[in-house]
Amino acid sequence: MSASPSSPTTAAAHGATPAGAGAALRCTGLVKRYGDVVAVNGLDLHVRTGECFGLLGPNGAGKTTTIEILEGLNSADAGDVEVLGLRWSTDAATLRQRLGIQLQETQLNDKLSVAETLRLFRSFYAQGPSVDELLARVGLESKRDAWYGKLSGGQKQRLAIACALAGDPALLFLDEPTTGLDPQSRRQLWDLLVDYKQQGRTILITTHYMDEAQVLCDRVAVVDHGKVIALGTPAELIASLGAEHVVEFALKEGRVMPAVEQLNGLPGVRRASVTDGRGTLIVSHLHAALPALLATVADPDAFSLLTTHSATLEDVFVSLTGRQLRDA
Amino acid sequence: MTIRHPLFELTYARFREFLREPEAVFWVFAFPVLLSCALGVAFRNQGPPDVLVGVLQQGPAPAVTELQSTLSAVKGVRVKLVDRAAADVALRNGAIHLLVLPGPPVTYELDASRPESRIGRFVVDDALQTKAGRRAAVEVTDRLVTVPGSRYIDWVVPGLLGMNIMGTGMWSVAFSVVNARMRKLLKRLMATPMRRADYLLAHMASRLIFLVLEVAVLLGFAKLVFGVPVNGSYVTLFALCLLGTLTFSGIGLLVSSRAQTIEGVSGLMNLVMVPMWVFSGIFFASENFPEAMQPVINLLPLTALNQSLRGVMIDGSGIAGVVTQIAVLGTWMLVSFVAALKLFRWR
Repeated sequence: MSASPSSPTTAAAHGATPAGAGAALRCTGLVKRYGDVVAVNGLDLHVRTGECFGLLGPNGAGKTTTIEILEGLNSADAGDVEVLGLRWSTDAATLRQRLGIQLQETQLNDKLSVAETLRLFRSFYAQGPSVDELLARVGLESKRDAWYGKLSGGQKQRLAIACALAGDPALLFLDEPTTGLDPQSRRQLWDLLVDYKQQGRTILITTHYMDEAQVLCDRVAVVDHGKVIALGTPAELIASLGAEHVVEFALKEGRVMPAVEQLNGLPGVRRASVTDGRGTLIVSHLHAALPALLATVADPDAFSLLTTHSATLEDVFVSLTGRQLRDA
Repeated sequence: MTIRHPLFELTYARFREFLREPEAVFWVFAFPVLLSCALGVAFRNQGPPDVLVGVLQQGPAPAVTELQSTLSAVKGVRVKLVDRAAADVALRNGAIHLLVLPGPPVTYELDASRPESRIGRFVVDDALQTKAGRRAAVEVTDRLVTVPGSRYIDWVVPGLLGMNIMGTGMWSVAFSVVNARMRKLLKRLMATPMRRADYLLAHMASRLIFLVLEVAVLLGFAKLVFGVPVNGSYVTLFALCLLGTLTFSGIGLLVSSRAQTIEGVSGLMNLVMVPMWVFSGIFFASENFPEAMQPVINLLPLTALNQSLRGVMIDGSGIAGVVTQIAVLGTWMLVSFVAALKLFRWR
């Protein structure tokens, strides 16, 4: 299956992005090379004030490089960046005061307590909430005197976000904030970010979890190989599949997989693909497609796998690139 | 809530981080005290050392016995009767400094490169010649004096102080910086409005808090247990320790300005510190090295620190007496701090 960069929302939604007032962040034609590797390849973004904007893509898609350029921690080889209407070359000191940043791999000091860490970070900013307010905001009041090294992964990540909030930022950058966390910790973190967003603040978040983007983001840009390949609200992107359901199936050894053309011809099927002996049908009418698939395969015992789920951003990515996010 | 200056918070954080590291506390406080204790015991004032003499059992027994009794009567000489095989072993491992073969002629066997052997030869020879009737041609008399600070322990304690200031200054800064770099904490701090110079200054400033404790523990111990004097002013002494600390934390910052791993920085630290351990006069005087090397040795920061500490503690010098050393230290401090700020890798 080939990528479909011309799907309705990609080019259209991108071009339709309103310019002008309300831009928290704008970048155009961003390029970053590491030797022969092009990490970011002409990337454009436009983030509106007050929205939670997601950069979605597999590991190695260029998300972290992009966000670090926007954060002023890395330099671009080409392109133009404007953050809160300011530029890194001339307004770095002002920008540092107004941005909240969480980095992917930072480990804070093991031997400092939660409150001590926050007091340190708070001291760097001219204004912002008190340490107690920050603790309350991320729900770490009971851990205020615990050393960073003794915190769980989820608590560490909440502290990292509290540090990012220390200067009461107008724009919050989060780079894969929930990677490696257990489901409960992820939910806690999401709740915290939803609260923050409700105060009308802007968030730029990178993630390779599609469910995270679906929960948090007003708009997402799907990034692959250093480029935006789709842009829109999660609902728009899912709708671009033209179908609400996905059927996945596989057959036992020795059984013959129907041809892709044959699957594409089944009633209710929008698009079919077969990769590595695994068939995927993007389906608008499950009640029509499923019996047709069963009839085509003829033998109900032939299936080693047969599942259906509602379409997600994950399916959008697969449909755009032909690859799964996780192993892409 | 009062918001304090970032430099204060960074310094305070660094201070707490150090205190919560029990190993670090041991190396800074306990180790130098243990070391000076061991050296103090080894080199405690015990009067002039005895001359260890072996008398070879050869020839007629009366001659051997007479030689033995003559030498045994001399103060500060310990005599042992040995056979040939035992004599060779004892000479080699220093159990005797000198072997005397009964004569005539009486023969001395010694390694002339060992000072104690040469002294032993003169003591023994003098005793034998006097016994045989030699009289002094010139009237002489000895007056024994104790020069303040002339004991080895008096001399080595300022050196230990200097070594400790260098070691703890450099290691604590380098470990903390490289650790923060490895944890991407430096990069995270760069994403805040923190001033870069504040971060580096905090490392130097936090050292000062410990310095007071370090100096007090080592000097207090040396004074109480060994009676090591401070002949100059304590204020001057402390000011020099302060300058030394700032200098070596500056050098520590420079050494760790680009290192990415603890192993990498350890190698660099040794490269910088080992030459100073050898050349800068901690355990033995740097004057032992050839004259041609002295100008270079005198420019090493630890040499300058040790010289100035000894100047104040032993000779009772004021600031004016150690102004050259202060200039050397000050230059190292400024150059290393500015270079560290320029070269520092924050990612």
